Amino acid sequence: MTSEAPAIARPTQDGSRVPFELFTRQDVFDREQETIFRGPVWNYVALEAEIPQPCDFKTSFVGDTPIIVSRAEDGSLHAFVNRCAHRGATVQRQACGNVRQHRCVYHQWAYNARGELVGVPYRRGVAGMGGYAADFDPKEHGLQKLRVASHKGVIFATFSPGTAPLEDYLDTPLIEAIDRLFSRPVKVLGHMRQRVRGNWKLYAENTRDPYHAALLHGFHATFGLYRTNQKRKGGADRARAHSTGVTYGDDWRQASMGNVEQDKVVAGYSLADPSLLEGRPDFNDGVTVQITSVFPGLVVQQIMNTLATRQIRPKAPDDFELYWTYFGYQDDDAEMTNTRLKQANLVGPAGLISMEDSEAIELIQRAIVRDGREDSFLEFGGLNADLDKDRTGEATIRAFWRYYAGLMGPSPIAAEP
Amino acid sequence: MIAATSEAYGAICALEYRYARLLDDDRLEEWPNLFVERGVYKVIPRENLSRDPPLAIFFCDSRAMMQDRVRSLREANVYNLHYSRHVVSNIEVLSDRNGTFEVAACYTVYQTDLEGQTRLFGVGQYRDVIALADDELRFREKIAVCDTFNIPNLLAIPL
Repeated sequence: MTSEAPAIARPTQDGSRVPFELFTRQDVFDREQETIFRGPVWNYVALEAEIPQPCDFKTSFVGDTPIIVSRAEDGSLHAFVNRCAHRGATVQRQACGNVRQHRCVYHQWAYNARGELVGVPYRRGVAGMGGYAADFDPKEHGLQKLRVASHKGVIFATFSPGTAPLEDYLDTPLIEAIDRLFSRPVKVLGHMRQRVRGNWKLYAENTRDPYHAALLHGFHATFGLYRTNQKRKGGADRARAHSTGVTYGDDWRQASMGNVEQDKVVAGYSLADPSLLEGRPDFNDGVTVQITSVFPGLVVQQIMNTLATRQIRPKAPDDFELYWTYFGYQDDDAEMTNTRLKQANLVGPAGLISMEDSEAIELIQRAIVRDGREDSFLEFGGLNADLDKDRTGEATIRAFWRYYAGLMGPSPIAAEP
Repeated sequence: MIAATSEAYGAICALEYRYARLLDDDRLEEWPNLFVERGVYKVIPRENLSRDPPLAIFFCDSRAMMQDRVRSLREANVYNLHYSRHVVSNIEVLSDRNGTFEVAACYTVYQTDLEGQTRLFGVGQYRDVIALADDELRFREKIAVCDTFNIPNLLAIPL
């Protein structure tokens, strides 16, 4: 007699109820790796600015699969699984670098910057012993390749041959949002990482959730970077997989309070050293916050002068890494670079306006260990809210769940007959 | 040549231990006073060290900025409820230029949650510049270089 795992529940069709077991079950996580991360989606993997020169590489992830993102001698971009075609060892052990060949330490199999096998020790044997058969074809033993596409220097990869072209996948509002930040050549300033004991989708929800922003993040609200009553504008792709939104901020010294007494504003808190918030705008559109979430695991942010990509790297049902790539522009002067380095205080694992998010996620993960058929309640803003107009409610989270459910299939983990 | 007198070494160790104790006793308001007025405090992930300038995840270049951070932690921020324990060791004076000491030390920080469960939060190195100011040794600069740059959950209390 075999004991089958029970079929899992699904989000409701409108995306307003999400069973907790979607955040806790290993079989759900495994299914996501196949149907989502290796499915018809473009996964963000790196910025071109991180690998500007021929033979530059960076190790990254698609879902939980380790990959190498590489620039070949001719400047073309490539991505391949970081797992030796011989015995499965990790090939490239460094986080980044510049090499003509990626060489596995175990038996010295060597791959070029396109992931093609170019070196096999003792391939013809030694003194008639060992070696491979005459029909051994190195072309059949390269590293598993992914398709790669780059938009304005933002590199995406996909395992699936069926994924739509990148520009179609992103669609116009998302392309415009990315173009706004990547219209000038960027320069990477560094990375930040945090390891969160929570499910990766809780973070995907978080970046599509304007409701929490001024209620959880007190620093945000106090200094007028984000208040519930501020002017906002948003957009999404046709498929409603992604979300982008901007907030037109107040000058923090004369922030308009209005009817937001429930926002978490700290009375009488001003900065003893205001240099933290004294940047100069990168753009002339009055936008202080732009958050763009690309399904499944990319967030692109501008918060004042902080610019970053965030890559959600799922590790287990209750574990993900959040990997921040913090950047500026190549034509930044020293003053602007200093501003960006100082404003890095706002974001990342120690961010004055971001540290709360991972804590909120861990609080959920800790409480949903049981009662997997109970669900998350997502009706703020009303079920008929216009996704393009209502940027205060939970409509974008519901859209995420509808798209997610579509990829996972009608019965995500049906018991085998 | 002896780089620093034992008296100076003792005073430097006392400053390092006091720093750890104030943080662990939740006396955050006193933490900025261990720095000179234009003191610098940064937390830099080790993987960013090769960059010039390296990106920090926590950056203060004045005592006032440290006070702002403490106010934010007290009133604006939400973070994991815990006790912290900073263990400072391997304190070494690297140079002494007329009473300005360059000091290296190791830190180990544990966090204990409200259920009494402890986990290692992070290890790394302090790179300090310490000098006499207002009759006391204070930090002109304290850089915490994180070996554990994959921060568990979040970093609220200074390292």
